[in-house]
Amino acid sequence: MDKPDAERFEIRDYLREELFPHFLCPGCGHGMALRALLWAVHELSVPKDELAVVSGIGCAGRLGAYVDANTFHVTHGRPLAFATGLALARPDLKVVVISGDGDCLAIGGNHLIHACRRNLDLTCVMLNNEVYGMTGGQASPTTSETRYTTTTPHGNIEPAFDACKLAEAAGAGLVGREVTLQTPTLKDLIKQGIAYKGFAFVEVISDCTEIFGRKNELGSSPEMILSQKRSMRPDSYGNKVDQPFRPNAFPTGVLARNDRPEYAETYRRHAASVKSAQSGAG
Amino acid sequence: MAAATQRLNVMGNDACALGAVAAGCRFFAGYPITPSSEVAERLSRELPKVDGVFIQMEDEIASMGAVIGASMGGVKAMTASSGPGFSLKQENLGYAAGAEIPCVVIDVMRGGPSTGMPTRPSQGDVMQARWGTHGDHAVIVLAPASVKEIYEQTIRAFNLTERLRVPVVVLFDEVIGHLLETVELLDPATLDLAGRKWAAGPRETYLPYAQTDDLIPAMARPGDGYRCHTTGLTHAETGFPTQDPETVERVTRRVLDKLTHHRELVESYEALDTADAEVLVVAIGISARAARRAVKSARQKGVKAGLFRPITLWPFPEDRFREAAAGAAAVVVPEMNAGQLSLEIERLAPAGTTVSPLNRIDGEPVSPLEIAARIEELAGHG
Repeated sequence: MDKPDAERFEIRDYLREELFPHFLCPGCGHGMALRALLWAVHELSVPKDELAVVSGIGCAGRLGAYVDANTFHVTHGRPLAFATGLALARPDLKVVVISGDGDCLAIGGNHLIHACRRNLDLTCVMLNNEVYGMTGGQASPTTSETRYTTTTPHGNIEPAFDACKLAEAAGAGLVGREVTLQTPTLKDLIKQGIAYKGFAFVEVISDCTEIFGRKNELGSSPEMILSQKRSMRPDSYGNKVDQPFRPNAFPTGVLARNDRPEYAETYRRHAASVKSAQSGAG
Repeated sequence: MAAATQRLNVMGNDACALGAVAAGCRFFAGYPITPSSEVAERLSRELPKVDGVFIQMEDEIASMGAVIGASMGGVKAMTASSGPGFSLKQENLGYAAGAEIPCVVIDVMRGGPSTGMPTRPSQGDVMQARWGTHGDHAVIVLAPASVKEIYEQTIRAFNLTERLRVPVVVLFDEVIGHLLETVELLDPATLDLAGRKWAAGPRETYLPYAQTDDLIPAMARPGDGYRCHTTGLTHAETGFPTQDPETVERVTRRVLDKLTHHRELVESYEALDTADAEVLVVAIGISARAARRAVKSARQKGVKAGLFRPITLWPFPEDRFREAAAGAAAVVVPEMNAGQLSLEIERLAPAGTTVSPLNRIDGEPVSPLEIAARIEELAGHG
């Protein structure tokens, strides 16, 4: 079982420990998500110098700073736009976006659907904790109906986005979802995303224990993540079976694939043909 | 000296695109908007020829984000827009100002506010170009007044932004943007193009936002082994966020002081017959061209008129203006807005000088006759 030292994943090799203590609240699931991401990077042998992490604003957005790589903490909702420019200008870099549910689906929703449609080689890891945590616990586009937040004091009346269905419908090359408790499985999913030549969207079901959990009396962090795990639906069961017994069930794993040409490659092929037509004409 | 390669009769927006390519721009992201779309259209044809990237993004905000992303990757990058789109650019323009990411933004001014008059000219973005994004920030705004000058100033915009790490806006009105004039294209191989100061030396001692003598920190290129952090949060020399008052004051002050420190590089203007001018006209863009004619006709009638035209609009060439205005009894400020440049002139004009705004807000350029009449009126009173 023991792997040689060089191959063993040691998270500290990928962190800027000089920034510790980190800002995450006790029980927050984002740390496990970051662990899974760095573990995936490690197993794919992506050199830290060639890794670019672009993140937005919010708790998820702040994670990028802790990664010992080329990190870009950009404006709210815009990491996919910045990452699009960076990845197109620098195809030699592996560009990973870390975003939250508000960052990615509300203020950045337009960028998400177009990134899916374009199919540029990017991996978007969206941490979904159902809430705007950093600003004090307001409702987000993924807050479940009836949940209490600081802006839904009488319970949320808006339906939540299914981010994976959205990404799939918009044409993302690879779409998947996992809970933080299944860190090795999440690592494998993110690995698939990073290795995928095209746009990969990974939704991580995370937990905001301190703010969202407390407000909704969802219990401690272990209780929250265990309840997430109970809500996971193995791929073999359909909604018809789930609905009467597990109304909150959600599918996990790779949920959609739409293999088609990657944007940057298509662009460069197109540009090359423009050039050769030019020199031929000249 | 840059060598001319070809004479072309093109519109201002085309000249802008050609200037960008000559300057080494290899990334453009944009969104369709009148009256600047020709810049994007031209670059969609030109950039593939030089292994550059053209991308039409989903919106104006994304375009600005993609431009900054490309520039963070080390590629010269630009976007172009107009009024409503320029408003949307401001969010990420502020990021570029704060994180000191080189980029060029073209704003072809149309009538506003809001959707305004998309096909009519205006000079209503004079103040937005300076103060459009929130917070104290440095920005350079260049205001060309001819197609030839759009070409040259777009090249210069890249040189300034790459060298100083300050976003540069090239601001011109729809009239100049759509004007057809002759441009001499310059051979890029003979152009004096400024490169970015890249980090060199050991990673251990490198500071992404170091307090250097020239106030311009060397930038780390991703992949070169520095593995830095870039953020829109106020950051210390290390690049990581800080709220320590002393550090915040120091790092913010350096960015603001950059333009003062490099004033000679940044400043540019045209002074026509200002030495003995009793009535001085200050104008930019198409208004400056009308003013030039008005000044000439006034001179023919024996009125000592002069023209001061800031080519670098922001930071405003204050001392050069004061010199030009030293002997003037009155300063006329013709502009296609309700009075924006005139505010700066009122601030700077010597005590006792009459500042006379001449504004058109009807979507029509200020005519030479209107300016000539105002000059004569003021000369008569003088």
